[in-house]
Amino acid sequence: MISDGIIKNNPTFVLVLGMCPTLGTTTSAINGMGMGLATTFVLILSNIVISSVAKIIPDKVRIPSYIVIIASFVTILQLLFQAYLPSLYETLGLFIPLIVVNCIVLGRAEAFANKHSVCDSALDGIGTGLGFTIALTVLGCVRELLGSGSFFGLKLIEGDGMLAFILAPGAFIALAYLMVIFRKVTGKKA
Amino acid sequence: MEYVIMFISAIFVNNIVLSQFLGVCPFLGVSKRVDTALGMSAAVTFVVALATLVTYLLQGLLVKLHIEFMQTVSFILVIAGLVQMVEIILKKISPSLYQALGIFLPLITTNCIVLGVAIQVVTNEYSFINNVGAANPNMMNLPQAVVFAVATAIGYSVALILFAGIREQLELSNVPKVFKGVPIALITAGILALAFMGFSGLV
Repeated sequence: MISDGIIKNNPTFVLVLGMCPTLGTTTSAINGMGMGLATTFVLILSNIVISSVAKIIPDKVRIPSYIVIIASFVTILQLLFQAYLPSLYETLGLFIPLIVVNCIVLGRAEAFANKHSVCDSALDGIGTGLGFTIALTVLGCVRELLGSGSFFGLKLIEGDGMLAFILAPGAFIALAYLMVIFRKVTGKKA
Repeated sequence: MEYVIMFISAIFVNNIVLSQFLGVCPFLGVSKRVDTALGMSAAVTFVVALATLVTYLLQGLLVKLHIEFMQTVSFILVIAGLVQMVEIILKKISPSLYQALGIFLPLITTNCIVLGVAIQVVTNEYSFINNVGAANPNMMNLPQAVVFAVATAIGYSVALILFAGIREQLELSNVPKVFKGVPIALITAGILALAFMGFSGLV
C-alpha cells in the first residue's frame, strides 16, 4: 500500500498533482525535502481525521469540511515551523499556507480517506506523502547540482553552475526530464 | 504611473506562473485549447479580484481581533464560499455566461493563485510596492491591492493563452513517445519561462 503511492500512483510523476510546490520549492534538495515532509505531515493527519469523521459529515458539505480540517492542520504546521524551523519557514514562505490548496491533500481525502478505515487512510497518507517527498527531493538534488554545483548544501563543483536551473525555466525542464526517466524506468504510459 | 509599473511587473517581470509557480496545475490542465484557456482566464481574473477585495477587508478584522494566525483557515473558507456564491449568482443572472465559465469555477477554489494573491497582498513578502515607493512600505492600500490582484490575474491569463496557442500547434507535431503529454508541455513552459526571463530588470 505504501509502495503504491511511491511508484504506481506517484503524485508528482504519474498523477501530476501539486505542481506548484513541486516547482516552487525545489531550488535545493533540503528545501524540496522540507516541503515534502511538511506536506506528508498534513496528508497523514488530515487522512486520519477525515476517515474517522467521514460518516458524520453530510455529503453536501463534505468538501468545505475537508478544507477546514486540512486548513487547521496547515495552521498547526505553520505555527510549529515558526517556532522550531524559522529559517526553513522563511525560505518556503508562501508555499506553506498554500499546502491547503495542494490538490494532493484534498485529492486523497476525496478519493481515498472518506471510503476507507482510519488505519488504511493513515498508510495511504504515508505512502503518498513519501512519494511526493522523494519526488521533491530528487528534483531538488538535480536542480541544486546543476544550478549551484552542490549536493545537500555540500559544495561539489567549484564555480557558480547554471543559474537557469535555480530559476524558473530550469524547474520546468528538469521536472520534464525526470518525468520521462520515470516513465522509461517504470514502463508507464501517460 | 505607479499602477502602470505594477501591471508591467505582474505581467512580464514577475509573472505568477512562469516565475512564481503559482497556479501551475490549471496551467497544465486547461491549456489544451485556446477557447477553454480564455474561459478559465476570465473566471480566474474575476474571482481573484473579488477574493482579494474581500480577504483584504477580512485581514483588517483579523488584525483588530489579534487572531492573525487564523489567516489561512479564514481565507480559504471565504474563498470557497465566494466561489460557490459566484456560481449560484451567475447561474441565476446570466445562464449563457454560466455555460461558458461554470465548469471552471469549482476548479478555482483549489487554484493556488486565489489564495496566493490574497496572502501576498496582506504580507510584505512578494510585494514590490517597496520599489514603487508607497507611503507604508509594509502593506498595500485597498486600491493597490485590487489593482495588484487584477494585474496578476492578467499576467496569468497572458501566460495561459500563449501556452494554449503553443500547445495547439504541438498537437500536430511529432513528439517522441515518452515525451507525449505532460513532459513536452513542461519543456514548452520552461522555454516560455526562459523567454519571460528576458523581461527581468525591466522594472
